[in-house]
Amino acid sequence: MKTNDFSSSSSSSPSDRRIGALLRHLTAGTDADRVSSVFASPTSGGAGGSVFAHLVQAPEDAILGVTIAYNKDPSPIKLNLGVGAYRTEEGKPLVLNVVRKAEQQLINDRSRIKEYLPIVGLVEFNKLSAKLILGADSPAIRENRVTTVECLSGTGSLRVGGEFLARHYHQVDMLSLLFFFFQKTIYIPQPTWGNHPKIFTLAGLSVKTYRYYDPSTRGLNFQGLLEDLSAAPQGSIVLLHACAHNPTGVDPTLEQWEQIRKLMRSKGLMPFFDSAYQGFASGSLDTDAKPIRMFVADGGELLVAQSYAKNMGLYGERVGALSIVCKAADVAGRVESQLKLVIRPMYSNPPIHGASIVAVILRDRNLFNEWTLELKAMADRIISMRKQLFEALRARGTPGDWTHIIKQIGMFTFTGLNPAQVSYMTKEYHIYMTSDGRISMAGLSSKTVPHLADAIHAVVTKAL
Amino acid sequence: MAAMAIRNSASRGTMMSRQIWGLRSMSSWWKNVEPAPKDPILGVTEAFLADPSPDKVNVGVGAYRDDNGKPVVLECVREAERRIAGTSFMEYLPMGGSVKMVDETLKLAYGDNSEFIKDKKIAAVQSLSGTGACRLFADFQKRFRPDSQIYIPVPTWSNHHNIWRDAQVTQKTYHYYHPETKGLDFSGLMDDVKNAPEGSFFLLHACAHNPTGVDPTEEQWREISQLFKAKNHFAFFDMAYQGFASGDPARDAKSIRIFLEDGHHIGISQSYAKNMGLYGQRVGCLSVLCEDEKQAVTVKSQLQQLARPMYSNPPLHGAQIVSTILGDPALKGLWLKEVKVMADRIIGMRTALRESLEKLGSPLSWEHVTKQIGMFCYSGMTPEQVDRLTSEYHIYMTRNGRISMAGVTTGNVGYLANAIHEVTKSS
Repeated sequence: MKTNDFSSSSSSSPSDRRIGALLRHLTAGTDADRVSSVFASPTSGGAGGSVFAHLVQAPEDAILGVTIAYNKDPSPIKLNLGVGAYRTEEGKPLVLNVVRKAEQQLINDRSRIKEYLPIVGLVEFNKLSAKLILGADSPAIRENRVTTVECLSGTGSLRVGGEFLARHYHQVDMLSLLFFFFQKTIYIPQPTWGNHPKIFTLAGLSVKTYRYYDPSTRGLNFQGLLEDLSAAPQGSIVLLHACAHNPTGVDPTLEQWEQIRKLMRSKGLMPFFDSAYQGFASGSLDTDAKPIRMFVADGGELLVAQSYAKNMGLYGERVGALSIVCKAADVAGRVESQLKLVIRPMYSNPPIHGASIVAVILRDRNLFNEWTLELKAMADRIISMRKQLFEALRARGTPGDWTHIIKQIGMFTFTGLNPAQVSYMTKEYHIYMTSDGRISMAGLSSKTVPHLADAIHAVVTKAL
Repeated sequence: MAAMAIRNSASRGTMMSRQIWGLRSMSSWWKNVEPAPKDPILGVTEAFLADPSPDKVNVGVGAYRDDNGKPVVLECVREAERRIAGTSFMEYLPMGGSVKMVDETLKLAYGDNSEFIKDKKIAAVQSLSGTGACRLFADFQKRFRPDSQIYIPVPTWSNHHNIWRDAQVTQKTYHYYHPETKGLDFSGLMDDVKNAPEGSFFLLHACAHNPTGVDPTEEQWREISQLFKAKNHFAFFDMAYQGFASGDPARDAKSIRIFLEDGHHIGISQSYAKNMGLYGQRVGCLSVLCEDEKQAVTVKSQLQQLARPMYSNPPLHGAQIVSTILGDPALKGLWLKEVKVMADRIIGMRTALRESLEKLGSPLSWEHVTKQIGMFCYSGMTPEQVDRLTSEYHIYMTRNGRISMAGVTTGNVGYLANAIHEVTKSS
């Protein structure tokens, strides 16, 4: 499998050799072996062994572990529906034409230099990103109430935002003349992307959950969501997936969003949007940003983390932005200065390459339009895969209601399969997905849909 | 008791808050956010850019300039980028970054034929340049040695303090710079190393100390290493200027090699910002030398656990540039040549500045300008003198008197020397 980091493409790749070495070490040797190897080492010197000798191995990342297992499978019919990176009909990764054009433009511009960006990142990129997510005519932008900082994709934007909240987000109640601190808690949906709780915990926030997915309907547990947000203490932060909820693909309707907005504003809950799929979900950038813009329209404050990993295919370049919409312009200025204090001791300033590509595309009307077409093509292909899978299951008479496949939106489908069924599909059909039954529709093609449908049909009728 | 009172008042406040929701909705959640102070280093360039004077000189931030005062993109980098453009699929790197890039980077620090590399005893991950490597290590130190503290030299790069503070690791300091000699306070340093509790963590600048340019001699490094052994201290090396200091990467890594020979299990932060001119790409490497391969795998897995909730996986482009250059003998040879050119130009400017000041008849000694090494010269000027340089001569540097020699050119060295002479001649 081709990798990007120029590692050997021979059959025994460095990662395979490392995994082999790891397995050998985990399965072999007694404590005595380990101890003797330390003292026998000519370089262990002095009295000291390692100060980190007490560490235990961290568990493999659940999502990335799927690809590792897939890579090791020799079966010619294997199918990787694990990690959410877009694939073409031919199962290949895709670099957008506009990205290639932008790359060429950057390469040909010899006057370009690679010096440090400011701590807040590429300023033009920040402005364009804010316009993209909030709308070019957004009142918040017009009134200079938005501060935007370039961050390392969605993860980095969430982490910087979380750290900022942990340090600065508290409530002052003027009437009671008491200066008291609400516990800085963020509520995340159940389920959510596996990295969310880790990000916010390390950022210094307390993490709680709110009900979101209803397994019985494979849709939104709207009642539960409203109840849990109602019960959240005033001033709590609420993480919202702007569109194409990961991992379920279940989004609120616009009417439901309106109710959520009203509830959150009345309870004084701080919205923190994670927007990783703008344009990718419905095919329309504006449609996918609607929930966020509804919240901005009421004049209130919010945070939004944007990622260009999927919608511009810039995955590995780590391009994203954190925007904080504030009540007033001078507040936005102070907020920016404090964001810089979070960023500087983390990585000083963000990487230049990916943000430069995005800026080239967003600032040029032709490239921007071309991008929207390529984006729609990707979204349409995924929607088509959904339809095909649904039809294939219907044609096989697979028991159960599979309409959620076409009702859910975005890259992922929460199939509703349990870990035992997932495991069976992997063993017998060489189909790889995360054990929660999440499949990446982007990994499917017209050719492989029948194979997946057969596998689902088999496990469902097997009553595992 | 107090906690209950606070909780009671909180719930009382909550009820009242709900009643006055209309009033609260007027004000911002952030209205109590204080404006943060400007970064002492990066703020200098901001001020410089805002200055309209045609005479202005920027000797603030440590980014290399050629003799025309222009930033430089190395030819080896341009060639690498030409090869990469149009070929990359831009997919996610692993959490630990580019394996190829990390492998090449370890060779630079540990030696091409390092047995530690061969025996796979080094836990290493790609990092967001030097800052990111230091921060990952600080977070790692906090998580697995929570009772430890970090000893930081006085002075040091200001962001070191921010990094370990944000990682919530207790900081202590050790003597380093001797203002009277404008050299190393070796006895002060050794005393602090001796008096620190056994098993303390120390931050060491591998070469070209920032901001002073003062490095221990090889003999002094050996003594430091011996004392570290006796005290069982942990040495964490920040190496941001390998190749940039003397022009010879192997020579610049001498301190590290001494510690490795003496059997220390060290940590290293490496950066390609300066020596490959990849500043904005944010590419570097954090490594931790372990007792064996199994431990290295373990430590690496834990480092990745810290990287995942910070940025998931590191940026691709800079890593590709490094891999392309270091993986191609011809490009690597070109790089080594270009690094030497940069280092030599700086050494030349040190000589020029010192000679200019001496020619002006300065009453002070400027010997330290040529004794110090690397990008920075710790001039010994006071903040007040620096302020005068800025306000009267439009010369920008950090207020600790640190001059970035990379910003000095044959075109401005005379102007700079004259200005320094003017503000210091009466001291």
